[in-house]
Amino acid sequence: MNAELSSLSVIFTEFYYWLTVVLMFFIHVGFCMYEVGVSRNKNHIHTLMKNTMLIPLVTITFFFFGWWIYFAFPNGPGIIGGLVEAPHAVAWSELMGPHMGGAGDPDGWARLNGVFWAAFLLFSWTAASIVSGSVIERIRSSAFWILAILIGSVFWVIDAAWGWHAEGWMVQVLGYHDAYASGVIHAVAGGFGLGVLVVLGPRIGKFAPDGSPRSLNPRNPWLVTIGLFLIYTGFWGFYVACNVPMWDVQSGEGTFFSATNIYLAPTTLSAITVNFLMALSGGLLAGYVISRGDAYWTYSSGLAGIIAASAGNDLYHPIQAMIIAALGVLFMYKMHYWVERRFKVDDAVGAVAVHGYAGFFGVVICGFVLWGYPSSPDDSFAAINPLGQIAGAVIMFFVLGFIPGWVAAKIINSLGSLRIPREVELAGLDYATAHDRAQEEQGIIDAEREELDKV
Amino acid sequence: MTTGNIASWGGNISEIGPLYPFVGSEVLLFLVGMALWIIWHVLQVRTERSSYEDEIQRFGDKETLRKILDAEDPYSP
Repeated sequence: MNAELSSLSVIFTEFYYWLTVVLMFFIHVGFCMYEVGVSRNKNHIHTLMKNTMLIPLVTITFFFFGWWIYFAFPNGPGIIGGLVEAPHAVAWSELMGPHMGGAGDPDGWARLNGVFWAAFLLFSWTAASIVSGSVIERIRSSAFWILAILIGSVFWVIDAAWGWHAEGWMVQVLGYHDAYASGVIHAVAGGFGLGVLVVLGPRIGKFAPDGSPRSLNPRNPWLVTIGLFLIYTGFWGFYVACNVPMWDVQSGEGTFFSATNIYLAPTTLSAITVNFLMALSGGLLAGYVISRGDAYWTYSSGLAGIIAASAGNDLYHPIQAMIIAALGVLFMYKMHYWVERRFKVDDAVGAVAVHGYAGFFGVVICGFVLWGYPSSPDDSFAAINPLGQIAGAVIMFFVLGFIPGWVAAKIINSLGSLRIPREVELAGLDYATAHDRAQEEQGIIDAEREELDKV
Repeated sequence: MTTGNIASWGGNISEIGPLYPFVGSEVLLFLVGMALWIIWHVLQVRTERSSYEDEIQRFGDKETLRKILDAEDPYSP
C-alpha cells in the first residue's frame, strides 16, 4: 500500500508540474502578441523573432548551466558557505535524461527532475521576455539574445538560489519572503531591463528637442489586450508552479499533508487562487482610474497588481491582496512617468514599470504586512521583516538586475554591437525583407498580366 | 545488440536507470551541445552584420530614406 501511495504521489507531482509548463507557455504567447502589438508596422517581424528565438537559446543554456546554478548557489557562494554539490543538475548527469530512477531512487526524483527543470525554465523565458519588450525597435537581435541568456539562465537563477530556495542565504539571514516571485522574477528582470535601456537609449523621435516624451501608442491594441489576457492565463501556471503540491508540513509527530510555497511552508491552492483574482482586480481597478480608462495601462495594471501582491500572496487576506495590488499600481505608474521624464528612458512596453517597480514594491510591502511571520519551517532562519525585504528588493532590482544589465549592455555597446544602425532604424527593421518580397510578388503579378494579354 | 542498457522490459523495472541510448556519452554530448550553441551565435552575428551592411548600401542614402518615411506618413501629400 505504501509503495502504491508513494508511486501515486510521484506521478501526481510529475503531472502537476507538467501542467504548469503547458499553462506557462501562454505567458510567452502573450508576450509575443503584446510586443508585436506595441511595435510599429515596420518592425513587427523582427520584434516577433527577437522574442521567439529567446526560447531555444534560454532553453539550451538553462539545460547547460542554469539548472545547476539554482542548486549550487544557495550559499552565495561565499556569503554563508561554499558551492553546494548538485550532481543531479549538471548537464551531463544521467538524471537530466529520461530515467526511471533505478534501485537508488526511492523518492522518485529521477522522474521529477525533468518537469521541475521545465517549470523553472518557463520562469527563465518570462524573465528574458520581460526585458525583450522594453528594448524593441532598436536593439540588435544578436545583442538581445546574449542579454536574454544572462538574465534567463544566469542572474534570475542566482537570485532564485539566494531568495527562492528553501535553503537560500537570503531566506536564512534576511528572512526574505517572495512566494510568487515579485522580486525573484519581476524586479530582477525589470531592473536588468532598465540597466540595458540606460545604455541603449530611446527610439529616434521618442523625446522632443525640449526633452518631453512623445507617445508611441500601440499599433494594434487588440493584439496587445489579447496578449495581456494570455499572460494572465499563463500566470495561473506560474503561481501553482511556485508551490510544492503535496508535502508533510507537520514537524515532530504525526503527518499533515498540504500544498506549500517554495520554502516548504504551508499554504493552500485556495489561498493563492482567491488572492490572485483579488490582486488582479485591485490592479485593474486602480489602473483604470489612474490612467483614465486607457486600455493599455489598465490591462498592464492588472498584471502589475498581481505582481505587487505576489511576494505574500500565500498568506495575505484577499482584501489585503487587493489593496496592495492597487497601491503597487499607483507606485509603478507614477514611477514610469517620473523615470521617463527625468532620465529619458524609453521603456517601450512599460515592462520596467509593470515588472520592475511593481515587483520591487511587492517585496518591500510584504516585509511590513507579514512582519514577524516565519520565513521557513526551520525556526533558526530569520523571520520576515521590513529591513530584510527592503534589502532583498535592492538585491533583486539593483544588484542582480540593474547592475548586470548595465554592465553587459556597456560591454556589448563598446563593441558596436548593441544598437541597430541608424539607417535601419529609420527605414524599419523589416523594410528590406518587405521590399524584396513586394518585388517578387510584383514579378508574379506582371507574369499574370502577360498571361491575361494572351487570352 | 542494443545501443542502450535495456534489452528487455521483462525484468525488474524498479532497477532500470537511464532510458536513453549511449549511456556514458553524456560529457561528450554536453561538449558538442555547448560548441553548437557558440557556433550558432557566431553565425548569427555574421549574418546580421552582413544583412545590415547590405540594407544600408541599398536603402541607406538620404533620398531613399526620405521616400520611405514619406510613405509611412499618413499626412504626407
